[in-house]
Amino acid sequence: MNLVTPDSGLLFWMILIFGIVFFLLWKFGFPVITGMVERRGDYIRTSLRHAAEAEEKLARLGEEQARLIEQARQEQGRILKEAAHTRDEMLARARSDAQEETQRMVEHARVQIQAERETALRDIRRQVALLSVEVAEKVLRKDLEQTPEQLSLLERMVDEATHAKDN
Amino acid sequence: MTRPARILLCLLLAGLSAPGLTTPLAATAAEGQASAEEAPSASEDKVDVAGIIFDHVLDAYEWHLTEWKGRPVAIPLPVIARAGDGSWHCFSSKRLEHGASYEGFRVACAGEPHEGKLVEPRPDGTLRRPLDLSITKDVLSLLMSSVLLLLVVLLTARWYRRHDPEKDTPTGLAALMEPLIMMVHDMARENIGEEDYRRFSPFLCMAFLFILFNNFLGIVPFFPGGANLTGNIAITLVLALCTFFTVNLFGTRHYYREIFLPDVPGFLKPIMPVIEVFSALSKPVSLTIRLFANMLAGHILILSVVCIIFIMAKYGPLLSGSMTVISVLFGIFLDALECLVAFIQAYVFTMLSSIYIGLARAKE
Repeated sequence: MNLVTPDSGLLFWMILIFGIVFFLLWKFGFPVITGMVERRGDYIRTSLRHAAEAEEKLARLGEEQARLIEQARQEQGRILKEAAHTRDEMLARARSDAQEETQRMVEHARVQIQAERETALRDIRRQVALLSVEVAEKVLRKDLEQTPEQLSLLERMVDEATHAKDN
Repeated sequence: MTRPARILLCLLLAGLSAPGLTTPLAATAAEGQASAEEAPSASEDKVDVAGIIFDHVLDAYEWHLTEWKGRPVAIPLPVIARAGDGSWHCFSSKRLEHGASYEGFRVACAGEPHEGKLVEPRPDGTLRRPLDLSITKDVLSLLMSSVLLLLVVLLTARWYRRHDPEKDTPTGLAALMEPLIMMVHDMARENIGEEDYRRFSPFLCMAFLFILFNNFLGIVPFFPGGANLTGNIAITLVLALCTFFTVNLFGTRHYYREIFLPDVPGFLKPIMPVIEVFSALSKPVSLTIRLFANMLAGHILILSVVCIIFIMAKYGPLLSGSMTVISVLFGIFLDALECLVAFIQAYVFTMLSSIYIGLARAKE
């Protein structure tokens, strides 16, 4: 029975000592430790969250970078294509311009040549007329006066002759 | 091994020399060995196993250390008692050695009521148990382990006060104590709930470390340890009562409604409160007995195995030698097992306490 009968003296001392130790540790022991460890736990948790956030941000940055590079490359391609296109266009325009100019010049030259020829022909005709008049004069020095009626007659005749020749 | 099986085995082992239960003085190991050499067949020289074991597991007025040249070496402890006439007496337990009387007190012999306790013989021959606040072996052990517990926890707390826990990792004592304390703290959070586990966590930490320290000190076989404190029913009773009062003083309205007005069919209404009150009362009892019986059984087991060596001493060198080897091996195994049990019992007590508190803090 000794074994299972709680002894009053030991009960008294146990309650006293356990109470004092519990009070001291409750006031100055356990809450300090658990509080600090919980604070550290919170700190670690927030640190982990921040790290995850930073990693995510970094990943997003990398993505952004890749996207920017891709965009730049596309832009480059576009610009290059545009440049090539512009060059081709300019070349084509220059070529057509040049062709037009040449044509215009050729036309102009042709017109000028035509005019020159006509002038020359007219000169020649006049010369021919004058010559013929001179010749006729020389032939008919005495009876043929150098009058305008005669000259126009002559000219008409030369014209007829030329026309006949042209036709 | 289950608890009943262990107790049965202990009793079997303890019963190896059943008559020893009534012999007054524990025959010491040295005496047993010496007598075995002198007269191997003498039956009166039997090793008093039960005496040795109960001498070790029970409380005592002095702290018996060892034998030296046939004389016991013990630390005398103060006896503090209040006599029947109301006067207080305080003297050394040396005065009570060998059944001597001092200032009207003596230690009751075997066969008398209050065996092994301080008694005050009355004129009519009956023995009166005085109010006995002696610093016994268990009280001294309790004092020492409490000082150790205080030191260890306060030093750990000091480490946390002096360091920034967000920058330093705990070292030394703090690194040792932190996992233990946080284990209990997390257990409290799991079982009591996020809301108010902080209120109860210090008590659970205290109970856990107190039981753990005393369990381990009990396993140590020499002076500062060796007292069977957690195997003493007074200690476990106080611990269980602390849990009981914590549970019932902080019980919520819901907890009390479940006890007195449970939501059951009408014919069960008068029966349920009775059952529930018994269940509430049986909780501290089971806590008390579980810890007490486990630790007591462990002590008895180890002591029994050690005693086998001295019992076998008279059966010749071959038998005693081989049994010694077996006993030592078995003793090592049991010591390892007791280390495990020391932790498990502290853990189980704390776990059950936290679960009981958690149930009492239940919301709708």
